[in-house]
Amino acid sequence: MSLITVERKILEKNDEIANINREKFRFKGMFTLNLVSSPGSGKTSLIEQTIKILKGKLNIAVIEGDVQTNLDAQRIDALGVSVVQIVTNGACHLDAMLVRDAFQKLINIDINLLFIENVGNLVCPAAYDLGEEMKVVIISTTEGDDKPLKYPAIFRNSEVLVINKIDLIPYVNCNIDTIIMNALSINSGLKIFEVSCTSMEGINEWCEYLLYKVKSQ
Amino acid sequence: MHEVSIAQEIIEIVKDYLPKNNHVSVKSVRVEIGEFSNILPDALSFGFKVLTNITDMKDTELIISKVPLTVKCRDCENISILDEPFFFCHSCESANVEILTGTELKVIEIELND
Repeated sequence: MSLITVERKILEKNDEIANINREKFRFKGMFTLNLVSSPGSGKTSLIEQTIKILKGKLNIAVIEGDVQTNLDAQRIDALGVSVVQIVTNGACHLDAMLVRDAFQKLINIDINLLFIENVGNLVCPAAYDLGEEMKVVIISTTEGDDKPLKYPAIFRNSEVLVINKIDLIPYVNCNIDTIIMNALSINSGLKIFEVSCTSMEGINEWCEYLLYKVKSQ
Repeated sequence: MHEVSIAQEIIEIVKDYLPKNNHVSVKSVRVEIGEFSNILPDALSFGFKVLTNITDMKDTELIISKVPLTVKCRDCENISILDEPFFFCHSCESANVEILTGTELKVIEIELND
């Protein structure tokens, strides 16, 4: 019997490519966000509304991740913004290799702000660095206020929390203060935005924050 | 549900240590999995078994060592073991804590049958 010491990170290959992605994104002068949420929380809607407000001020591009279909890419394309759709064919998260390959199609485009919309899932995307500057976790009021406690890793690993669908608060059993308290118990440094992609409440504040981030990149 | 992807990465790392053209079988692989890594050990073992089933590694045992979630307080420097992921110092209750352990996903060692 012989024992071999290994001491290697299981995700070392992903992390290595994520670091190369990050260098490439920074070299291009891009600010890159990795948007993570459950299915149906409003990732694509948030990107759409952000594009509508910031399109005249920034060059925006989007990488869409879904298990199937290019429906999200069609929505972004309709707004006249460069978009690449990744179809994972069953995989529950994006990884750095998929993002590297998708970005090849955007390499010659002038971009300040890149959104990577992950597959709808609050578990697996938490483990995978894609090369982003920050993860943004989105939850909607219809999901209930206990989600930060149930899926703590993604809340710990994100820098920003966007609470979407605040226009529905009168109709759902969800206390926004509880969402915030729960989220801050996991990650006290979270920057929090309360928005509605339907009524547009709070979207301007979110866009101002992105503008600031892009300019201070 | 990404345990199968993680199992695949473990197998790829193990392959790096097997001598080429020389049939050496792997007795066991020991990995460290942090309590805060979102990995279910049973699902990882299952994924490893499925992926190795028809390969030279079909008899290889995956040994999983779990690593507790611990944080160090940036204010009072106390180290707390967290049974649940509420990130507060157990001494001064500050939320200004950094993770020391608990996010590990590592291959530690491989044992070969000579």
